[in-house]
Amino acid sequence: MSAIYILWLRELKRYVRSRAQIVASLGQPLLYLLVLGFGLGPVFQKAGNGSYLQFVAPGVISMTILFSATFSGIAMLWDRQFGFLKETLVAPVPRIEVMIGRTLGGATVALIQGTLILIACLLAGFRPAHLSLFPLAFLMMGLIAIVFAALGTAFGSILQDMQGFQLIMNFMVLPIFFLSGALFPLANLPRPLAIITRLDPLTYGVDALRGVLINASHFGFALDTSLLCAIAMAFLALGGYLFSRIQL
Amino acid sequence: MIQVHNLVKKFGDFTAVNNISFTVEAGEIFAFLGPNGAGKTTTIKMLTTLLHPTSGKIELDGLDPTIHQYQARRTFGIVFQDPSLDSEQTAYENMELHAVLYKVSRKVRAERIEQLLKRFELWERRDDYVKTFSGGMKRRLEIARGFLHTPKILFLDEPTLGLDPQTRNQLWTHVKHLNETQKTTVFLTTHYMDEADRVAHRIAIIDHGGIVAQGTSQQLKQQTGSESLEQAFLALTGSSIRDESATSADQMRQVAKMWSPRR
Repeated sequence: MSAIYILWLRELKRYVRSRAQIVASLGQPLLYLLVLGFGLGPVFQKAGNGSYLQFVAPGVISMTILFSATFSGIAMLWDRQFGFLKETLVAPVPRIEVMIGRTLGGATVALIQGTLILIACLLAGFRPAHLSLFPLAFLMMGLIAIVFAALGTAFGSILQDMQGFQLIMNFMVLPIFFLSGALFPLANLPRPLAIITRLDPLTYGVDALRGVLINASHFGFALDTSLLCAIAMAFLALGGYLFSRIQL
Repeated sequence: MIQVHNLVKKFGDFTAVNNISFTVEAGEIFAFLGPNGAGKTTTIKMLTTLLHPTSGKIELDGLDPTIHQYQARRTFGIVFQDPSLDSEQTAYENMELHAVLYKVSRKVRAERIEQLLKRFELWERRDDYVKTFSGGMKRRLEIARGFLHTPKILFLDEPTLGLDPQTRNQLWTHVKHLNETQKTTVFLTTHYMDEADRVAHRIAIIDHGGIVAQGTSQQLKQQTGSESLEQAFLALTGSSIRDESATSADQMRQVAKMWSPRR
């Protein structure tokens, strides 16, 4: 247990100490929130869907968590190249504990980032439907963070260099974001797009968060949560398996 | 304590370690010498569960590290040839993290960290980030960290690379002390023949992935009719210079230097 704790703490320390990175990583979600939120607002309103800022805020929060969590897992690349990974891999600690410590650390960092964006949303004029459901919103955000931190760890375990990193960012993380319904409603989509969005794990995260925050869930809270839990388990198992097989 | 039978490691067509066998007795200091790229580090990686052998058998304290990975890891400690510190944490935090991973009890933790940081003259810099350290200081910290717990087997992969004579002396004195008082088995590689001559009970010389000779320093000198271990080494491995190709890690470090001047 203490190994999990110390590795979790390490991820947190690294986050708190890199202030420049905190600011930089909040820039993109803020752009989406402000530019899309206010820019597409009038069109969205005219189409009869209400406030776009209200609609997109849960999507932007999910996006922040997605990027931050996946990135923290893939950042293992640096530990691999600068050698620290070795130190943890030869330690007399089951590798699954090392993996869990790292993953929970990355998930916690992502949750903090998501919370910062949630605060930014509130400042920009986002108004959640039920303040009493806030704790539940954090639970959902935590679940999204664990799903993608575990996925990031799985990627980090098999990637060897920076080229692979670019590949994952462009062909996995960006599509996961764009196809999740973070930016558009899931109702009345063309059939192919409807199918692809349903295969995207983030779809259920965004939907759950929308359910809790603005009372507008597409699939229903029960389905979203149970699917997210199942996906989290599957990704944790995959990440644990790939991590335990790392050779240097 | 360490038994290796017909160990082979191939990377594609390239055979890094070619059918080597040796035994290291409990309480022995065993030196593994060889030119660059001879297969020393690959062998250590296989012994320490970082790489799976292509074929052959390894036993560490009776355990097969390819099967009982976790149990095998509990028997050894290692000082790596290349860096393995967390540069975004302080020297003290690096030591503490290691102590937790290696289950050094809370009671002795602080005391031992202080003792080792003082011995390797890093105590004044304990709260500085490792990324601000010079190469020599990083090496010293790696070595101090390696002595934080007392394993049955200690692997030292070119531990003295880039160290000044003072630190080298400290290191070997400590290694000998551990070996004598705790009966720690030591498996080391080095390019400095005088060091091997001074501390090792037995020596194996490896070249092109194969062991070309093993025995005491005296036996190796006699076998080759040389006066020094260095001459014996050159007689056994030839005098041509070996190149190691740059790895992806080296390339990454280049990229990293370009992108973040802080590192």
